[in-house]
Amino acid sequence: MNTHAILEVKNFSKLFFLHEQGKAIPSSHGVNIMVYPGKLTALTGPTGAGKSSVLNGIYRTYLPSSGEILYRRGNGEVIDLAMADEHSIIDLRRREIGFVTQFLRALPRQSTLDVVVQPLYRLGVDRQQARQQARDLLSALNLPERLWEISPATFSGGEKQRVNLARGLIAKPRLLLLDEPTASLDSNTAESVIDLLQQLKQQGIAMLAIFHHPELVTRLADEVVAIDSAAATENSIKENVL
Amino acid sequence: MDKVLSVTGLGKCYGKGCPLCITATGPEHDTNLCPYCGTVVAAHDVSFDLHEGEILGIIGESGSGKSTAVKCLYFDDAPDSGEAVFHDGEQSHALFDLNAAQQRRLRNHRFSMVYQNPNLGLNFGISAGGNIAERLLMSDMLDYARIRKRVKELLSRTEVLPSRMDELPKNFSGGMQQRVQIAKALSTNPPLLFLDEVTTGLDLSVQAAILDLILEIQQELSTSMIVVTHDLGVIRSLTNRTLVMKYGRIIEAGLTDQVLEDPQHAYTQRLVASAL
Ligand SMILES: Nc1ncnc2c1ncn2[C@@H]1O[C@H](COP(=O)(O)OP(=O)(O)OP(=O)(O)O)[C@@H](O)[C@H]1O
Ligand SMILES: Nc1ncnc2c1ncn2[C@@H]1O[C@H](COP(=O)(O)OP(=O)(O)O)[C@@H](O)[C@H]1O
Ligand SMILES: [Mg+2]
Ligand SMILES: [Mg+2]
Ligand SMILES: [Zn+2]
Repeated sequence: MNTHAILEVKNFSKLFFLHEQGKAIPSSHGVNIMVYPGKLTALTGPTGAGKSSVLNGIYRTYLPSSGEILYRRGNGEVIDLAMADEHSIIDLRRREIGFVTQFLRALPRQSTLDVVVQPLYRLGVDRQQARQQARDLLSALNLPERLWEISPATFSGGEKQRVNLARGLIAKPRLLLLDEPTASLDSNTAESVIDLLQQLKQQGIAMLAIFHHPELVTRLADEVVAIDSAAATENSIKENVL
Repeated sequence: MDKVLSVTGLGKCYGKGCPLCITATGPEHDTNLCPYCGTVVAAHDVSFDLHEGEILGIIGESGSGKSTAVKCLYFDDAPDSGEAVFHDGEQSHALFDLNAAQQRRLRNHRFSMVYQNPNLGLNFGISAGGNIAERLLMSDMLDYARIRKRVKELLSRTEVLPSRMDELPKNFSGGMQQRVQIAKALSTNPPLLFLDEVTTGLDLSVQAAILDLILEIQQELSTSMIVVTHDLGVIRSLTNRTLVMKYGRIIEAGLTDQVLEDPQHAYTQRLVASAL
Protein backbone atom coordinates (compact mmCIF):
# COMPACT_ATOMS: atom_id res chain seq x y z
CA MET A 1 0.00 0.00 0.00
CA ASN A 2 1.15 3.55 -0.79
CA THR A 3 2.80 4.81 2.40
CA HIS A 4 1.07 8.19 2.43
CA ALA A 5 -2.43 6.96 1.72
CA ILE A 6 -5.00 6.15 4.37
CA LEU A 7 -7.23 4.30 1.90
CA GLU A 8 -6.42 2.51 -1.31
CA VAL A 9 -9.23 0.90 -3.27
CA LYS A 10 -7.96 -1.51 -5.90
CA ASN A 11 -10.08 -2.87 -8.70
CA PHE A 12 -13.30 -2.72 -6.66
CA SER A 13 -16.44 -4.14 -8.24
CA LYS A 14 -19.95 -4.62 -6.99
CA LEU A 15 -22.61 -6.71 -8.59
CA PHE A 16 -26.04 -7.35 -7.13
CA PHE A 17 -27.60 -10.71 -7.70
CA LEU A 18 -31.37 -10.56 -7.42
CA HIS A 19 -32.64 -14.10 -6.95
CA GLU A 20 -36.31 -13.33 -7.49
CA GLN A 21 -35.69 -11.90 -10.96
CA GLY A 22 -32.81 -14.31 -11.55
CA LYS A 23 -30.60 -11.49 -12.73
CA ALA A 24 -27.33 -9.82 -11.94
CA ILE A 25 -27.19 -6.02 -11.76
CA PRO A 26 -23.68 -4.72 -12.33
CA SER A 27 -22.93 -1.62 -10.29
CA SER A 28 -19.40 -0.28 -9.75
CA HIS A 29 -16.74 -1.87 -11.91
CA GLY A 30 -12.92 -1.93 -11.67
CA VAL A 31 -12.71 1.16 -9.44
CA ASN A 32 -9.32 2.40 -8.16
CA ILE A 33 -9.10 5.17 -5.57
CA MET A 34 -6.51 6.75 -3.31
CA VAL A 35 -7.37 8.86 -0.28
CA TYR A 36 -4.85 10.80 1.82
CA PRO A 37 -4.95 12.38 5.29
CA GLY A 38 -6.00 16.02 5.11
CA LYS A 39 -7.05 15.64 1.48
CA LEU A 40 -10.33 15.15 -0.27
CA THR A 41 -10.80 12.70 -3.12
CA ALA A 42 -13.93 13.30 -5.19
CA LEU A 43 -15.71 10.43 -6.90
CA THR A 44 -17.51 11.53 -10.05
CA GLY A 45 -19.57 9.81 -12.72
CA PRO A 46 -23.04 9.72 -14.22
CA THR A 47 -26.01 8.63 -12.14
CA GLY A 48 -26.09 4.86 -11.80
CA ALA A 49 -22.33 4.60 -12.30
CA GLY A 50 -22.02 2.97 -8.89
CA LYS A 51 -20.58 5.86 -6.88
CA SER A 52 -22.75 5.25 -3.84
CA SER A 53 -22.07 1.53 -4.17
CA VAL A 54 -18.35 2.23 -3.77
CA LEU A 55 -18.90 4.16 -0.53
CA ASN A 56 -21.32 1.53 0.74
CA GLY A 57 -18.75 -1.15 -0.12
CA ILE A 58 -16.01 0.64 1.82
CA TYR A 59 -18.31 1.01 4.84
CA ARG A 60 -19.41 -2.61 4.27
CA THR A 61 -23.10 -1.79 4.11
CA TYR A 62 -22.67 -3.60 0.80
CA LEU A 63 -20.53 -6.70 0.46
CA PRO A 64 -17.87 -5.97 -2.16
CA SER A 65 -17.95 -8.47 -5.05
CA SER A 66 -14.25 -8.20 -5.82
CA GLY A 67 -11.20 -6.03 -5.28
CA GLU A 68 -9.27 -4.83 -2.28
CA ILE A 69 -10.03 -1.97 0.10
CA LEU A 70 -6.83 -1.32 1.99
CA TYR A 71 -7.23 0.92 5.00
CA ARG A 72 -4.41 2.11 7.27
CA ARG A 73 -5.60 2.13 10.87
CA GLY A 74 -4.64 4.71 13.47
CA ASN A 75 -2.13 2.21 14.85
CA GLY A 76 -0.44 1.86 11.44
CA GLU A 77 -1.82 -1.60 10.69
CA VAL A 78 -3.22 -2.14 7.17
CA ILE A 79 -6.52 -3.99 6.91
CA ASP A 80 -8.49 -5.07 3.85
CA LEU A 81 -12.00 -3.83 4.55
CA ALA A 82 -13.39 -6.08 1.84
CA MET A 83 -12.35 -9.14 3.86
CA ALA A 84 -12.31 -7.86 7.46
CA ASP A 85 -14.45 -9.67 10.00
CA GLU A 86 -17.63 -8.02 11.20
CA HIS A 87 -16.33 -7.11 14.63
CA SER A 88 -13.35 -5.26 13.15
CA ILE A 89 -15.74 -3.33 10.92
CA ILE A 90 -17.96 -2.45 13.87
CA ASP A 91 -14.93 -1.22 15.78
CA LEU A 92 -13.65 0.86 12.84
CA ARG A 93 -17.07 2.39 12.33
CA ARG A 94 -17.13 3.38 15.96
CA ARG A 95 -13.64 4.84 16.12
CA GLU A 96 -12.22 5.67 12.72
CA ILE A 97 -14.53 5.68 9.73
CA GLY A 98 -17.56 7.96 9.39
CA PHE A 99 -20.23 7.84 6.69
CA VAL A 100 -22.60 10.64 5.81
CA THR A 101 -25.15 8.81 3.69
CA GLN A 102 -27.33 10.25 1.00
CA PHE A 103 -30.43 9.74 3.11
CA LEU A 104 -30.78 10.07 6.86
CA ARG A 105 -31.53 6.80 8.58
CA ALA A 106 -32.61 7.68 12.08
CA LEU A 107 -35.01 6.14 14.52
CA PRO A 108 -38.26 8.04 14.06
CA ARG A 109 -38.63 9.02 17.71
CA GLN A 110 -35.15 10.20 18.67
CA SER A 111 -34.62 13.92 19.06
CA THR A 112 -32.14 15.57 16.73
CA LEU A 113 -29.71 16.12 19.57
CA ASP A 114 -29.91 12.43 20.52
CA VAL A 115 -29.30 11.37 16.93
CA VAL A 116 -26.23 13.56 16.65
CA VAL A 117 -24.74 12.71 20.02
CA GLN A 118 -24.98 8.91 19.64
CA PRO A 119 -21.51 8.33 18.17
CA LEU A 120 -19.96 10.12 21.15
CA TYR A 121 -21.97 8.10 23.67
CA ARG A 122 -20.74 4.94 21.99
CA LEU A 123 -17.19 6.13 22.49
CA GLY A 124 -17.92 6.68 26.15
CA VAL A 125 -17.59 10.48 26.10
CA ASP A 126 -19.08 12.17 29.17
CA ARG A 127 -22.77 12.81 28.44
CA GLN A 128 -22.76 16.47 29.41
CA GLN A 129 -19.71 17.19 27.31
CA ALA A 130 -21.04 15.14 24.39
CA ARG A 131 -24.29 17.12 24.30
CA GLN A 132 -22.40 20.39 24.36
CA GLN A 133 -20.31 19.25 21.39
CA ALA A 134 -23.49 18.29 19.53
CA ARG A 135 -25.01 21.73 20.20
CA ASP A 136 -21.88 23.49 18.98
CA LEU A 137 -21.83 21.47 15.80
CA LEU A 138 -25.52 21.99 15.06
CA SER A 139 -25.02 25.76 15.49
CA ALA A 140 -22.02 25.69 13.18
CA LEU A 141 -24.26 23.99 10.60
CA ASN A 142 -26.95 26.67 11.03
CA LEU A 143 -29.63 24.26 12.16
CA PRO A 144 -32.20 26.39 14.04
CA GLU A 145 -32.18 25.68 17.75
CA ARG A 146 -35.95 25.15 17.88
CA LEU A 147 -35.41 21.91 15.92
CA TRP A 148 -32.88 20.33 18.28
CA GLU A 149 -35.32 18.71 20.65
CA ILE A 150 -37.61 17.20 18.00
CA SER A 151 -37.20 14.19 15.75
CA PRO A 152 -35.68 14.80 12.31
CA ALA A 153 -38.31 12.46 10.79
CA THR A 154 -40.42 15.40 9.62
CA PHE A 155 -37.56 17.75 8.69
CA SER A 156 -37.03 19.19 5.22
CA GLY A 157 -34.40 17.60 3.00
CA GLY A 158 -31.84 20.25 3.86
CA GLU A 159 -32.49 20.04 7.60
CA LYS A 160 -32.15 16.28 7.55
CA GLN A 161 -28.95 16.56 5.63
CA ARG A 162 -27.41 18.78 8.27
CA VAL A 163 -28.42 16.37 11.02
CA ASN A 164 -26.86 13.58 9.01
CA LEU A 165 -23.67 15.59 8.54
CA ALA A 166 -23.46 16.50 12.20
CA ARG A 167 -23.80 12.85 13.19
CA GLY A 168 -21.13 11.80 10.71
CA LEU A 169 -18.68 14.50 11.77
CA ILE A 170 -19.09 14.66 15.50
CA ALA A 171 -16.73 11.85 16.44
CA LYS A 172 -13.97 13.27 14.21
CA PRO A 173 -13.33 10.10 12.21
CA ARG A 174 -9.95 9.61 10.51
CA LEU A 175 -11.69 8.80 7.25
CA LEU A 176 -14.96 10.36 6.26
CA LEU A 177 -17.17 9.09 3.43
CA LEU A 178 -19.63 11.66 2.11
CA ASP A 179 -22.46 10.89 -0.31
CA GLU A 180 -23.80 14.14 -1.81
CA PRO A 181 -23.64 16.03 1.49
CA THR A 182 -24.88 19.32 0.04
CA ALA A 183 -27.43 18.05 -2.49
CA SER A 184 -30.51 19.56 -0.87
CA LEU A 185 -29.03 22.65 0.77
CA ASP A 186 -29.59 26.28 -0.18
CA SER A 187 -26.44 28.12 -1.18
CA ASN A 188 -25.86 29.77 2.23
CA THR A 189 -26.09 26.52 4.09
CA ALA A 190 -23.99 24.78 1.46
CA GLU A 191 -21.32 27.43 2.10
CA SER A 192 -21.25 26.64 5.81
CA VAL A 193 -20.86 22.95 5.00
CA ILE A 194 -18.01 23.76 2.63
CA ASP A 195 -16.31 25.80 5.37
CA LEU A 196 -16.67 22.91 7.72
CA LEU A 197 -15.20 20.43 5.24
CA GLN A 198 -12.24 22.80 4.71
CA GLN A 199 -11.66 22.89 8.46
CA LEU A 200 -11.80 19.11 8.66
CA LYS A 201 -9.19 18.87 5.95
CA GLN A 202 -6.96 21.20 7.93
CA GLN A 203 -7.41 18.94 10.94
CA GLY A 204 -6.00 16.08 8.86
CA ILE A 205 -9.22 14.18 8.24
CA ALA A 206 -9.18 12.20 4.99
CA MET A 207 -12.32 12.39 2.87
CA LEU A 208 -13.84 10.52 -0.02
CA ALA A 209 -16.84 12.39 -1.36
CA ILE A 210 -19.51 12.36 -4.03
CA PHE A 211 -20.77 15.86 -4.90
CA HIS A 212 -23.89 16.85 -6.69
CA HIS A 213 -22.36 20.07 -8.08
CA PRO A 214 -19.25 19.91 -10.29
CA GLU A 215 -18.30 23.29 -8.87
CA LEU A 216 -17.81 21.74 -5.44
CA VAL A 217 -15.40 19.22 -6.91
CA THR A 218 -13.32 22.12 -8.22
CA ARG A 219 -13.43 23.90 -4.89
CA LEU A 220 -12.80 21.03 -2.53
CA ALA A 221 -11.16 18.10 -4.26
CA ASP A 222 -7.44 17.38 -4.19
CA GLU A 223 -7.92 14.30 -6.37
CA VAL A 224 -10.69 13.31 -8.72
CA VAL A 225 -11.64 9.76 -9.65
CA ALA A 226 -14.13 9.51 -12.50
CA ILE A 227 -16.03 6.27 -12.79
CA ASP A 228 -18.22 5.00 -15.56
CA SER A 229 -21.21 2.71 -15.26
CA ALA A 230 -20.38 -1.00 -15.43
CA ALA A 231 -22.48 -1.25 -18.58
CA ALA A 232 -20.54 1.60 -20.19
CA THR A 233 -17.24 0.04 -19.12
CA GLU A 234 -18.29 -3.22 -20.76
CA ASN A 235 -19.19 -1.35 -23.92
CA SER A 236 -15.88 0.46 -24.08
CA ILE A 237 -14.04 -2.82 -23.53
CA LYS A 238 -16.03 -4.28 -26.43
CA GLU A 239 -15.25 -1.28 -28.59
CA ASN A 240 -11.57 -1.58 -27.81
CA VAL A 241 -11.62 -5.25 -28.67
CA LEU A 242 -13.46 -4.71 -31.93
CA MET B 1 -13.94 -6.38 22.61
CA ASP B 2 -14.08 -9.76 24.27
CA LYS B 3 -16.15 -12.76 23.47
CA VAL B 4 -18.99 -13.50 25.83
CA LEU B 5 -20.51 -16.50 24.14
CA SER B 6 -19.47 -18.86 21.38
CA VAL B 7 -21.95 -21.36 20.05
CA THR B 8 -20.88 -24.17 17.73
CA GLY B 9 -23.05 -26.66 15.89
CA LEU B 10 -26.08 -26.32 18.14
CA GLY B 11 -28.85 -28.73 17.16
CA LYS B 12 -32.27 -29.64 18.51
CA CYS B 13 -34.84 -32.08 17.14
CA TYR B 14 -38.30 -32.82 18.44
CA GLY B 15 -39.22 -36.43 17.64
CA LYS B 16 -37.65 -39.85 17.63
CA GLY B 17 -35.28 -39.05 14.77
CA CYS B 18 -33.88 -41.16 11.94
CA PRO B 19 -30.62 -41.08 9.95
CA LEU B 20 -32.25 -38.98 7.22
CA CYS B 21 -33.70 -36.17 9.36
CA ILE B 22 -30.92 -33.71 8.62
CA THR B 23 -30.39 -34.39 4.93
CA ALA B 24 -34.11 -34.36 4.21
CA THR B 25 -34.88 -31.02 5.88
CA GLY B 26 -33.73 -27.41 5.64
CA PRO B 27 -34.27 -24.45 3.33
CA GLU B 28 -33.51 -26.40 0.15
CA HIS B 29 -36.25 -28.90 1.09
CA ASP B 30 -38.64 -26.19 2.17
CA THR B 31 -39.44 -27.92 5.44
CA ASN B 32 -38.16 -28.63 8.94
CA LEU B 33 -40.26 -31.78 9.16
CA CYS B 34 -38.51 -35.07 8.32
CA PRO B 35 -40.64 -36.80 5.65
CA TYR B 36 -39.42 -40.23 6.82
CA CYS B 37 -40.03 -40.09 10.55
CA GLY B 38 -41.97 -36.90 11.22
CA THR B 39 -39.32 -35.40 13.47
CA VAL B 40 -39.13 -31.60 13.62
CA VAL B 41 -35.59 -30.38 13.05
CA ALA B 42 -36.04 -27.18 15.06
CA ALA B 43 -32.40 -26.12 14.90
CA HIS B 44 -29.38 -27.57 13.17
CA ASP B 45 -25.73 -26.53 13.09
CA VAL B 46 -26.34 -23.13 14.64
CA SER B 47 -23.00 -21.41 15.22
CA PHE B 48 -22.18 -17.82 16.18
CA ASP B 49 -20.20 -15.61 18.52
CA LEU B 50 -21.42 -12.82 20.74
CA HIS B 51 -19.06 -10.12 21.97
CA GLU B 52 -19.18 -8.04 25.11
CA GLY B 53 -21.72 -5.23 24.91
CA GLU B 54 -23.00 -6.41 21.57
CA ILE B 55 -26.62 -6.87 20.53
CA LEU B 56 -27.04 -9.74 18.08
CA GLY B 57 -30.32 -10.19 16.23
CA ILE B 58 -31.88 -13.47 15.14
CA ILE B 59 -34.55 -13.05 12.53
CA GLY B 60 -36.68 -15.50 10.58
CA GLU B 61 -40.23 -16.55 9.97
CA SER B 62 -42.42 -18.34 12.47
CA GLY B 63 -41.05 -21.81 13.26
CA SER B 64 -37.58 -21.15 11.90
CA GLY B 65 -35.90 -22.11 15.18
CA LYS B 66 -35.05 -18.74 16.70
CA SER B 67 -36.63 -19.41 20.08
CA THR B 68 -35.32 -22.97 20.11
CA ALA B 69 -31.75 -21.71 19.84
CA VAL B 70 -32.22 -19.21 22.64
CA LYS B 71 -34.12 -21.64 24.87
CA CYS B 72 -31.25 -24.11 24.67
CA LEU B 73 -28.79 -21.41 25.74
CA TYR B 74 -31.00 -20.38 28.66
CA PHE B 75 -31.43 -24.05 29.69
CA ASP B 76 -35.18 -23.96 29.07
CA ASP B 77 -34.57 -26.88 26.76
CA ALA B 78 -31.68 -29.31 26.23
CA PRO B 79 -29.99 -29.41 22.84
CA ASP B 80 -29.20 -32.70 21.06
CA SER B 81 -25.84 -31.57 19.80
CA GLY B 82 -23.39 -28.72 19.81
CA GLU B 83 -21.40 -26.69 22.26
CA ALA B 84 -21.75 -23.29 23.82
CA VAL B 85 -19.06 -21.62 25.88
CA PHE B 86 -19.92 -18.69 28.14
CA HIS B 87 -16.94 -16.50 28.99
CA ASP B 88 -17.42 -14.78 32.31
CA GLY B 89 -14.38 -12.73 33.25
CA GLU B 90 -11.63 -15.20 34.07
CA GLN B 91 -13.94 -18.19 33.87
CA SER B 92 -15.28 -20.12 30.91
CA HIS B 93 -18.26 -22.44 31.18
CA ALA B 94 -19.10 -25.13 28.63
CA LEU B 95 -22.84 -24.69 29.08
CA PHE B 96 -24.04 -28.13 28.06
CA ASP B 97 -21.47 -29.97 30.17
CA LEU B 98 -22.63 -28.35 33.40
CA ASN B 99 -24.77 -30.23 35.88
CA ALA B 100 -28.28 -29.04 36.75
CA ALA B 101 -27.17 -27.09 39.81
CA GLN B 102 -24.44 -25.28 37.89
CA GLN B 103 -26.89 -24.47 35.11
CA ARG B 104 -29.41 -23.12 37.60
CA ARG B 105 -26.71 -20.95 39.12
CA LEU B 106 -25.84 -19.35 35.76
CA ARG B 107 -29.50 -18.92 34.94
CA ASN B 108 -30.19 -17.16 38.22
CA HIS B 109 -27.06 -15.06 38.45
CA ARG B 110 -25.54 -14.44 35.03
CA PHE B 111 -28.29 -14.84 32.41
CA SER B 112 -31.77 -13.44 32.06
CA MET B 113 -34.59 -13.93 29.61
CA VAL B 114 -37.46 -11.69 28.62
CA TYR B 115 -40.23 -13.68 26.94
CA GLN B 116 -42.81 -12.60 24.41
CA ASN B 117 -45.49 -13.96 26.67
CA PRO B 118 -45.34 -12.31 30.11
CA ASN B 119 -46.95 -15.48 31.51
CA LEU B 120 -43.66 -17.26 30.94
CA GLY B 121 -41.47 -14.60 32.49
CA LEU B 122 -43.67 -13.49 35.37
CA ASN B 123 -45.44 -15.30 38.16
CA PHE B 124 -49.00 -13.98 37.91
CA GLY B 125 -49.83 -15.20 41.40
CA ILE B 126 -47.60 -12.64 43.11
CA SER B 127 -47.18 -8.86 42.86
CA ALA B 128 -44.97 -7.12 40.32
CA GLY B 129 -42.53 -6.22 43.07
CA GLY B 130 -42.72 -9.78 44.43
CA ASN B 131 -41.64 -11.10 41.04
CA ILE B 132 -38.50 -9.02 41.11
CA ALA B 133 -37.87 -9.76 44.79
CA GLU B 134 -38.13 -13.46 44.03
CA ARG B 135 -35.39 -13.20 41.45
CA LEU B 136 -33.18 -11.22 43.81
CA LEU B 137 -33.70 -13.87 46.50
CA MET B 138 -32.67 -16.59 44.03
CA SER B 139 -29.51 -14.67 43.37
CA ASP B 140 -28.75 -14.63 47.11
CA MET B 141 -29.83 -11.12 48.05
CA LEU B 142 -31.55 -11.79 51.36
CA ASP B 143 -31.92 -8.50 53.20
CA TYR B 144 -35.57 -7.35 53.08
CA ALA B 145 -34.90 -3.60 53.12
CA ARG B 146 -32.23 -3.87 50.46
CA ILE B 147 -34.47 -5.94 48.22
CA ARG B 148 -37.32 -3.47 48.54
CA LYS B 149 -35.03 -0.58 47.67
CA ARG B 150 -33.63 -2.38 44.63
CA VAL B 151 -37.13 -3.30 43.41
CA LYS B 152 -38.16 0.36 43.58
CA GLU B 153 -35.04 1.41 41.74
CA LEU B 154 -35.61 -1.12 38.98
CA LEU B 155 -39.27 -0.24 38.52
CA SER B 156 -38.53 3.45 38.24
CA ARG B 157 -35.71 2.67 35.84
CA THR B 158 -38.13 0.79 33.58
CA GLU B 159 -40.75 3.49 34.07
CA VAL B 160 -43.29 1.55 36.08
CA LEU B 161 -44.61 3.60 39.00
CA PRO B 162 -42.98 2.09 42.10
CA SER B 163 -46.19 2.90 43.97
CA ARG B 164 -47.80 0.07 41.98
CA MET B 165 -45.22 -2.54 42.99
CA ASP B 166 -47.64 -4.36 45.26
CA GLU B 167 -50.21 -4.92 42.52
CA LEU B 168 -50.61 -8.17 40.63
CA PRO B 169 -49.21 -8.23 37.06
CA LYS B 170 -52.68 -8.92 35.66
CA ASN B 171 -53.65 -5.34 36.57
CA PHE B 172 -51.03 -4.06 34.17
CA SER B 173 -51.17 -3.39 30.44
CA GLY B 174 -49.09 -5.54 28.07
CA GLY B 175 -46.44 -2.86 27.78
CA MET B 176 -46.20 -2.52 31.57
CA GLN B 177 -45.95 -6.27 31.99
CA GLN B 178 -43.02 -6.23 29.58
CA ARG B 179 -41.41 -3.46 31.61
CA VAL B 180 -41.81 -5.49 34.77
CA GLN B 181 -40.27 -8.48 32.99
CA ILE B 182 -37.36 -6.32 31.90
CA ALA B 183 -36.95 -4.94 35.43
CA LYS B 184 -36.93 -8.49 36.75
CA ALA B 185 -34.43 -9.60 34.13
CA LEU B 186 -32.11 -6.70 34.93
CA SER B 187 -32.34 -7.08 38.69
CA THR B 188 -29.23 -9.25 38.88
CA ASN B 189 -27.20 -7.11 36.43
CA PRO B 190 -26.74 -10.09 34.13
CA PRO B 191 -23.91 -9.87 31.58
CA LEU B 192 -26.04 -11.85 29.11
CA LEU B 193 -29.66 -11.13 28.32
CA PHE B 194 -31.99 -13.00 25.94
CA LEU B 195 -34.98 -11.16 24.52
CA ASP B 196 -37.54 -13.25 22.62
CA GLU B 197 -40.07 -11.17 20.64
CA VAL B 198 -40.41 -8.71 23.48
CA THR B 199 -42.33 -6.11 21.50
CA THR B 200 -44.54 -8.42 19.46
CA GLY B 201 -48.22 -7.70 19.94
CA LEU B 202 -47.75 -4.32 21.61
CA ASP B 203 -48.98 -0.97 20.28
CA LEU B 204 -46.47 0.76 18.04
CA SER B 205 -45.83 3.58 20.50
CA VAL B 206 -45.37 1.12 23.35
CA GLN B 207 -43.02 -0.94 21.15
CA ALA B 208 -40.95 2.16 20.49
CA ALA B 209 -40.68 3.00 24.16
CA ILE B 210 -39.60 -0.56 25.04
CA LEU B 211 -36.94 -0.50 22.30
CA ASP B 212 -35.65 2.83 23.63
CA LEU B 213 -35.47 1.35 27.10
CA ILE B 214 -33.50 -1.65 25.86
CA LEU B 215 -31.04 0.58 24.02
CA GLU B 216 -30.55 2.86 27.01
CA ILE B 217 -29.93 -0.10 29.27
CA GLN B 218 -27.48 -1.55 26.82
CA GLN B 219 -25.54 1.71 26.78
CA GLU B 220 -25.59 2.10 30.55
CA LEU B 221 -24.69 -1.44 31.53
CA SER B 222 -23.07 -2.72 28.36
CA THR B 223 -25.09 -5.92 28.66
CA SER B 224 -24.60 -8.39 25.82
CA MET B 225 -27.93 -9.33 24.27
CA ILE B 226 -29.47 -11.74 21.83
CA VAL B 227 -32.67 -10.35 20.36
CA VAL B 228 -35.06 -12.75 18.66
CA THR B 229 -37.70 -11.19 16.44
CA HIS B 230 -39.43 -11.41 13.11
CA ASP B 231 -39.65 -7.62 12.93
CA LEU B 232 -37.03 -6.02 10.69
CA GLY B 233 -37.59 -2.68 12.42
CA VAL B 234 -36.56 -4.15 15.76
CA ILE B 235 -33.45 -5.62 14.16
CA ARG B 236 -32.60 -2.29 12.57
CA SER B 237 -33.05 -0.25 15.71
CA LEU B 238 -31.31 -2.57 18.16
CA THR B 239 -28.66 -4.74 16.61
CA ASN B 240 -25.17 -4.53 15.07
CA ARG B 241 -25.18 -8.01 13.62
CA THR B 242 -27.92 -10.31 12.46
CA LEU B 243 -28.43 -14.02 11.85
CA VAL B 244 -31.19 -15.05 9.46
CA MET B 245 -32.78 -18.44 10.16
CA LYS B 246 -34.99 -20.63 8.04
CA TYR B 247 -36.14 -24.18 8.73
CA GLY B 248 -33.74 -24.50 11.63
CA ARG B 249 -30.64 -23.32 9.79
CA ILE B 250 -28.73 -20.05 9.72
CA ILE B 251 -28.93 -19.10 6.06
CA GLU B 252 -27.24 -15.73 6.28
CA ALA B 253 -25.26 -13.75 8.85
CA GLY B 254 -23.72 -10.32 8.67
CA LEU B 255 -23.65 -6.72 9.78
CA THR B 256 -27.26 -5.68 10.26
CA ASP B 257 -27.19 -2.83 7.76
CA GLN B 258 -25.59 -5.14 5.20
CA VAL B 259 -28.16 -7.89 5.72
CA LEU B 260 -30.93 -5.32 5.25
CA GLU B 261 -29.42 -3.27 2.38
CA ASP B 262 -27.55 -5.97 0.49
CA PRO B 263 -29.08 -9.31 1.45
CA GLN B 264 -27.36 -12.25 -0.20
CA HIS B 265 -29.74 -15.16 0.22
CA ALA B 266 -32.91 -15.42 -1.89
CA TYR B 267 -35.01 -15.79 1.25
CA THR B 268 -33.52 -12.72 2.94
CA GLN B 269 -34.05 -10.70 -0.24
CA ARG B 270 -37.71 -11.65 -0.20
CA LEU B 271 -38.02 -10.91 3.51
CA VAL B 272 -36.50 -7.44 3.13
CA ALA B 273 -38.45 -6.65 -0.04
CA SER B 274 -41.76 -7.62 1.53
CA ALA B 275 -41.13 -5.38 4.52
CA LEU B 276 -40.70 -2.25 2.41
N1 LIG C 1 -41.53 -28.61 22.58
C1 LIG C 1 -41.67 -28.81 21.27
N2 LIG C 1 -42.17 -29.96 20.79
C2 LIG C 1 -42.29 -30.17 19.45
N3 LIG C 1 -41.94 -29.29 18.51
C3 LIG C 1 -41.43 -28.12 18.93
C4 LIG C 1 -41.27 -27.80 20.32
N4 LIG C 1 -40.75 -26.56 20.43
C5 LIG C 1 -40.57 -26.12 19.17
N5 LIG C 1 -40.98 -27.04 18.27
C6 LIG C 1 -40.93 -26.93 16.81
O1 LIG C 1 -39.62 -26.51 16.46
C7 LIG C 1 -39.67 -25.56 15.39
C8 LIG C 1 -38.97 -24.27 15.81
O2 LIG C 1 -39.72 -23.63 16.83
P1 LIG C 1 -39.31 -22.27 17.51
O3 LIG C 1 -40.21 -22.02 18.66
O4 LIG C 1 -37.86 -22.30 17.80
O5 LIG C 1 -39.59 -21.25 16.33
P2 LIG C 1 -39.40 -19.67 16.27
O6 LIG C 1 -38.41 -19.41 15.20
O7 LIG C 1 -39.09 -19.12 17.60
O8 LIG C 1 -40.83 -19.22 15.77
P3 LIG C 1 -41.81 -17.96 16.22
O9 LIG C 1 -41.35 -16.80 15.41
O10 LIG C 1 -43.19 -18.43 15.77
O11 LIG C 1 -41.68 -17.79 17.69
C9 LIG C 1 -41.16 -25.38 15.03
O12 LIG C 1 -41.46 -26.22 13.93
C10 LIG C 1 -41.87 -25.86 16.31
O13 LIG C 1 -43.15 -26.34 16.00
N1 LIG D 1 -28.97 -2.32 -2.61
C1 LIG D 1 -29.04 -2.48 -3.93
N2 LIG D 1 -29.63 -3.60 -4.46
C2 LIG D 1 -29.67 -3.79 -5.80
N3 LIG D 1 -29.17 -2.93 -6.71
C3 LIG D 1 -28.57 -1.80 -6.25
C4 LIG D 1 -28.48 -1.51 -4.84
N4 LIG D 1 -27.82 -0.33 -4.69
C5 LIG D 1 -27.51 0.11 -5.93
N5 LIG D 1 -27.96 -0.78 -6.88
C6 LIG D 1 -27.78 -0.64 -8.32
O1 LIG D 1 -26.40 -0.42 -8.59
C7 LIG D 1 -26.24 0.58 -9.62
C8 LIG D 1 -25.41 1.76 -9.10
O2 LIG D 1 -26.11 2.45 -8.09
P1 LIG D 1 -25.46 3.58 -7.17
O3 LIG D 1 -24.20 3.07 -6.56
O4 LIG D 1 -26.49 4.11 -6.26
O5 LIG D 1 -25.10 4.67 -8.28
P2 LIG D 1 -24.69 6.23 -8.15
O6 LIG D 1 -24.47 6.57 -6.72
O7 LIG D 1 -23.44 6.32 -8.96
O8 LIG D 1 -25.82 6.99 -8.77
C9 LIG D 1 -27.68 0.95 -10.06
O9 LIG D 1 -28.02 0.14 -11.17
C10 LIG D 1 -28.51 0.59 -8.85
O10 LIG D 1 -29.85 0.31 -9.23
MG1 LIG E 1 -25.78 7.73 -5.37
MG1 LIG F 1 -40.33 -17.97 18.94
ZN1 LIG G 1 -36.22 -38.47 10.24
